[in-house]
Amino acid sequence: MTAAATLDDVTMRFRGHTALDGITTELRQDCITGLLGRNGAGKTTLMQLLTGHRVPTSGRVRVFGVDPYEADSVLQRVCFVKESQRYPDHFRVCDVLTAARMLYPDWDDDLATQLVGEFDLPRRRAVKKLSRGMTSMVGIVVGLASRAPITFFDEPYLGLDAVARQQFYDRLIADWSEQPRTIVLSTHLIEEIGDLLEHVLLVDRGRVLLDEDAESLRDRALTVSGQIPAVAAFTAGRRVLHSDALGSFTRAVVEVHSATDRDEASRHGLTPEPTSLQQLVVALSRATAPTTTAPDDLEGVSR
Amino acid sequence: MNEDGGPIFRQIAAQVENAIVDGSLPEESQAPSTNELAAFHRINPATAAKGLNRLVDDGVLHKRRGVGMFVATGARDQLLKRRRSEFADQYLEPLLTEAAKLGISGAEISTMIAERRGAR
Repeated sequence: MTAAATLDDVTMRFRGHTALDGITTELRQDCITGLLGRNGAGKTTLMQLLTGHRVPTSGRVRVFGVDPYEADSVLQRVCFVKESQRYPDHFRVCDVLTAARMLYPDWDDDLATQLVGEFDLPRRRAVKKLSRGMTSMVGIVVGLASRAPITFFDEPYLGLDAVARQQFYDRLIADWSEQPRTIVLSTHLIEEIGDLLEHVLLVDRGRVLLDEDAESLRDRALTVSGQIPAVAAFTAGRRVLHSDALGSFTRAVVEVHSATDRDEASRHGLTPEPTSLQQLVVALSRATAPTTTAPDDLEGVSR
Repeated sequence: MNEDGGPIFRQIAAQVENAIVDGSLPEESQAPSTNELAAFHRINPATAAKGLNRLVDDGVLHKRRGVGMFVATGARDQLLKRRRSEFADQYLEPLLTEAAKLGISGAEISTMIAERRGAR
């Protein structure tokens, strides 16, 4: 297992606000990783560090073994599709594609042409005249056709309808199959992309909450429901991530330790159900949330 | 894929097995490729590969270098044998648990089964 990029005890502070707090992790080569977390968790900052847009306050960032900051050799192998990408005012769709072709040595022009056709993008229209969804499509075309060894998609589909999102997922799988590479998908639409991921990195208030294979997470937690005493008997000694009650009936999301936990829940007369990636992420993020304050608005601070 | 079905790679393996058992994927025919499975089920290709490799390990599929994966001779018999041995655990156990909850006797269950079979 080779790493395409590593972060070693990385901390990032903005005027007294700690966006990343001693993060150590790596991006596995040729793996599709989901970068998940709440607003302000530090996802975008993490990607800015890995794409050489920022220098960490402390710690070490390495992409293909070198410091990505102002390193051209690294930057042309890394593509960063941002949530609100700005283009020069006069740029038409075709100008964006021409610029991308010059920037990325692995650029696939045939793929770009295909995608522009599939998304029905007007090549000669100015990008600033495009709708929100169409602007997102331009970013997706660049991200896929760049065929960069590492591609970051940071909430790439603002304004995209369900059909276009599905087109994006389908093209992503097909193109990755043809040319496996390191992909990082940062999104809140966990339910939609859960099955596309091989690895999950969940950050929360600047720290890593989960860094695991997506498949192992499917067995990570169990949702049990039943009468309160029975649920309490089962959850005793287990880590409860979240619980809801309706009268004498309750439902709890519990961390699973062994394969027999499910049977044991049944023996307690409870109904065990698997916990989806989205439910697990919500439960874990809530379980570690401070009870009093909402997370700081990172976007506002970092500007 | 189905949230209740356990790990996705296991569901992939089970689907290919089903096709072999019901005869739609005959022995020595070519199994769907990793990329085909990933695209069809909209799942990570590495996960699809894991499902197929599981079947290779079990001797249900065999690899032909550069060509793809094929259903092994005797795979259907092997799968039937295993499924028969799992039948009681998978289907009878939940039936008996629910029957006990509802106070349905063994004799009543037998009658129901006979009636259902007659109606088919």
